[in-house]
Amino acid sequence: MKRDVSGWGRFPKLRAEVIRPRDEPTLRQRITQGPVIARGNGRSYGDSAAQPLGTLDMRGFDHLLDFDPATGVLTAEAGVMLGDVIAAFLPRGWFPPVTPGTKFVTLGGMIAADVHGKNHRRDGSFGRHVEWVEVMGPDGTVRRASARDNSDLFATTLGGMGLTGVILRCAIRLMPVQSGWIRQETRVAPDLAAAMEVFEAAQTQYSVAWFDCMGRGAALGRSLVMLGDHADPADLPADRRTQPFDIPRKRPRRVPFDAPGFALNRYTIRAFNAAYHAAGTRRAGPALIDWDSYFYPLDAVLDWNRIYGRRGFAQYQVVLPLASAHTGLAELLTAISDAGQGSFLAVLKRLGPQDSPMSFPMEGYTLALDFPASRAALALLDRLDAITLAHGGRYYLAKDARVSADTLRRADPRVAEFRQMRRDAGLATAFSSAQSERLGL
Amino acid sequence: MTGTVTILGARSDIAMACAHAFAAQGWRVTLAARNAATLDKAARDLELRHGGTVTTRDFDALDIEGHEDFVAGADLPDVVICAVGLLGDQTTDEGDTDAAARVIRTNFEGPALALAAYANAMEARGTGVIVGISSVAGDRGRATNYIYGSAKAGFTAFLSGLRNRLAKKGVHVVTVKPGFVATQMTAHLDLPEKLTADPAEVGRAVMKAVERRQDVIYVRAVWRVIMGIIRAIPERVFKKLTI
Repeated sequence: MKRDVSGWGRFPKLRAEVIRPRDEPTLRQRITQGPVIARGNGRSYGDSAAQPLGTLDMRGFDHLLDFDPATGVLTAEAGVMLGDVIAAFLPRGWFPPVTPGTKFVTLGGMIAADVHGKNHRRDGSFGRHVEWVEVMGPDGTVRRASARDNSDLFATTLGGMGLTGVILRCAIRLMPVQSGWIRQETRVAPDLAAAMEVFEAAQTQYSVAWFDCMGRGAALGRSLVMLGDHADPADLPADRRTQPFDIPRKRPRRVPFDAPGFALNRYTIRAFNAAYHAAGTRRAGPALIDWDSYFYPLDAVLDWNRIYGRRGFAQYQVVLPLASAHTGLAELLTAISDAGQGSFLAVLKRLGPQDSPMSFPMEGYTLALDFPASRAALALLDRLDAITLAHGGRYYLAKDARVSADTLRRADPRVAEFRQMRRDAGLATAFSSAQSERLGL
Repeated sequence: MTGTVTILGARSDIAMACAHAFAAQGWRVTLAARNAATLDKAARDLELRHGGTVTTRDFDALDIEGHEDFVAGADLPDVVICAVGLLGDQTTDEGDTDAAARVIRTNFEGPALALAAYANAMEARGTGVIVGISSVAGDRGRATNYIYGSAKAGFTAFLSGLRNRLAKKGVHVVTVKPGFVATQMTAHLDLPEKLTADPAEVGRAVMKAVERRQDVIYVRAVWRVIMGIIRAIPERVFKKLTI
């Protein structure tokens, strides 16, 4: 049936034929009819998971299949939600080894985007913890791929944005944890260089910085760097030690309607950023945070994407290599600040080295910013592209809604090879998204 | 509270949502449907998510002679939920007696007689809860779905009578009228978002109805209003409407 389809950013909005298969024969029949793309829970930001001619809603494949308590290996269908995995296995002492900033993603989506978390430098991207995937190809046959078998398919499926076939099942290694709590330490960094120093010296498993993108001059890049480790029961208050995986229940709030366009302007954003920074500064130092608040603070506000109003928003996430990170980030932040186009959520993370055919991470710093999808903001993003290219930066396709094919090709030399592989393997006509068509993948 | 629950017609989305809602609270779940072997994956999924063991049983709602044996064939559960149903296609069914009979039998005869067998066993024991998943379509016959709707109307009346009969016998009967639910049964329909529940919502509502001994529930309260209005329209006017 034809439906309105968009990503989490609600920009762009497309009209697409959406099919929700529940078994392999139905899926196979649809795949062999031509261009399709798999869609999980629709949390990529742009047009990665939309194909006007055939968008496959994979949430009908949502069974947990097996779990080995000795190794922590979970086998599951691709439409299983990360939040459900946590709900089922955290009480038994297991947690996802890598998690994006929302738990409302499917395992298939996590693999397709090869998501990273606040621990990339230490633990790599999600793909490092995937034992195998089963992928349905253009002719409807299902192949299991791992680092050992069908290793090319495995490597290109991780971060391949669903363009190598439809991910059906996977086996992932969960990570043992002792509690549902995180020991967090917040450091206040007066500027970008100070924030980067904190990252470089960090010994914790997790590190992430929120920064005030309205900061200018000496305050450019002023930020709160949040370091974290999983807590042991001994770290918990006495009354929580016997139930280390229990956390207080919170009732999620919801943004009930689209904010009007004028609600989001440089003054409200500046005020929000200043207030957030002040609050963070007051709370600097050590704290004990439950897993849900630590990893998924925005999940507590359902439909938060509506604060950007009806026209939606675009997220700009790039990674700059270590050598040029400071200069490049400073230039990006200056350009944003000069344009008065700040973002509520400006996040900086340190990524470790990674060598893969299409995955986003490489050693350096990644910056993520939200902008309303207004003409002025989109024009700013084009200017940011020039800075990103000049400093050897790379784009995160799971966030992208607007990069041009030319920019991507210049930013990411791997694209040409991926594109050629897709043509040689007969994947290009079978699997395509609005994004892959825009980017010529 | 916790105990044992048997779910008839377990392959439906509403049935599975009930299974998850009960299993999450620590209930022991039995899934019953035709070709029980095909329920194994769902049973394993329930076990992995919620712990405990899940049993599967072969059950055919239309095999009415087999119902008593089916009930006697396992420990009598604390709660039985019947989610058997078939939407059919009104236009086809109008011209196809066999198809229409299948819709009527699957929505009324099979579910009613299966629950009748459970009712007798629970009455003899003196405790139990019977849950029938009926439909708002049974609240008034409409041109677009009166074959399905009339069978559900029969089922609703059956549950109402059963509740009346068993009220003083320790057995409680719940009638569930889900309204629109986004399931595989309705996947081909373009349903209005505000009126359409997730299967999980139905599962939670059924759980709550069992805990609180509710009699008749509409999953989304707005449906009670809508159906109240639809029932209030005089027949003289109603017969000319397209709704």
